[in-house]
Formats: sequence, C-alpha cells, structure tokens
Amino acid sequence: MEQKKLAIIATKGSLDWAYPPFILASTAAALGYEVQIFFTFYGLQLLKKKLALEVTPLGNPGMPMPLGMDKWFPVLGLALPGMQGMMTAMMKKKMKDKGVASLEVLRELCQEAEVKLIACQMTVDLFDMEKMHFIDGVEYAGAAAFFEFAGESDICLYI
Amino acid sequence: MADFDQELDASGLNCPLPILRAKKTLNAMSSGQVLHIIATDPGSVKDFDAFAKQTGNELMESKDEGGKFHFLIKKS
Repeated sequence: MEQKKLAIIATKGSLDWAYPPFILASTAAALGYEVQIFFTFYGLQLLKKKLALEVTPLGNPGMPMPLGMDKWFPVLGLALPGMQGMMTAMMKKKMKDKGVASLEVLRELCQEAEVKLIACQMTVDLFDMEKMHFIDGVEYAGAAAFFEFAGESDICLYI
Repeated sequence: MADFDQELDASGLNCPLPILRAKKTLNAMSSGQVLHIIATDPGSVKDFDAFAKQTGNELMESKDEGGKFHFLIKKS
C-alpha cells in the first residue's frame, strides 16, 4: 500500500491555534502518513526557537473562562493590560494539569517522526524575520513547492 | 490479561501522547511481540482501535478497569 500523505497549512500564531497542526501532524506520522506542514504568515511563530505564544480572550466568545468570568466581565475588561498574559498563564497551567503535551514537545515529536516543516519564504522576507531565530531542520519554500506535495496528498488542511 | 513483552504506562497523558509513545515503543520492538499500554485518557479507547486498524498492528485486548484503560497490541 502506498504511503498516505497529509498536507497542512498553518497560518495562526496564537497558543491555542498552535496545537492543531502539531497534534494532527504527529499523530498522522505515527499512523504512517508522510506529513508536511507549510507555515505561513502568523503560523511562522510556531517555528521560532523560543516560543512566546499567547492566547487572547478578545473576539473569542467560544473561549471557556475560569470562575464564570464571561458572565460578569464586560468585553472591554478583557482588553485591560495584563489580561492576555493572565489568560495565557491560565491556559498553560490547565494544559499541564490535564497532561496535554507542551508545544515544544509536540514539535520535537513531529521532527523525530520526520514531519517536514516548511517556512513560507515570502512571509519570512515580508516580516523581516531572521532564519537564525527558527529551529533547525526547517526548509524554506514557496507556494508552488507546497502544491507539489499537497497535490498528491490524501488530506489537506488549512489551519 | 495475556502475556506481554513490554509495558508502557501512559497514565495522565492526554491525546495524542499515548499514541505517540506507543508508536515509539513499538518501533523498538520486533514483529510478533506484544505491548501492554496503560492509559487514563478516555479518548484512547477509540484511538488505539483506530491506530491498530491503520497501522496493521493487532489490538488483542482493550479493557476498562475503573478509569484505567488497558491495551494489548501485537506488533505486525
């Protein structure tokens, strides 16, 4: 049987949205898939050596808030300085308590499983990002290179 | 529970870690050997079933012992 292929485009650079690409990619690799993730725009944050990702409660009505805060906290309150940092700390603690792997660990597992991590060269240039800030093993390519793999993939996800 | 060659305690770990650890452990085992996995993630029941179907490794046993889930997987 020919090896199945999974292609993912990762476009988001927040703590919560960083999870799906790495969870799906590592799991697919464990199931025998050949996997590539193409990181573009804010998704490039997921390739930084030092991850400084945050989660924002702003404009996110689906986010479960601790202590029923969503009931009595006005939306404007969520924009207060420090609120985002607090939400990020809470989310990280919750994930740790529930045995959810850290992003660093998941990313490492992806690399161990030979998931190919590709950074969008155009966005790297656009945001004047330095390659030295990205983890080792990242490849740099453009849209056409991604399609070469995505066109043959069995599953293609835009996250 | 039948005999096994190796044991993996994935208690307290959440999706997808039990599967990833199991895969890693199986990689180091030889064909026909049996891995015993213990997990507490309720999602792992369906996940190990799906893992076995997709990887060709046989899920010999899957049981729930009061919140602890036990799996026996034979490497193909």
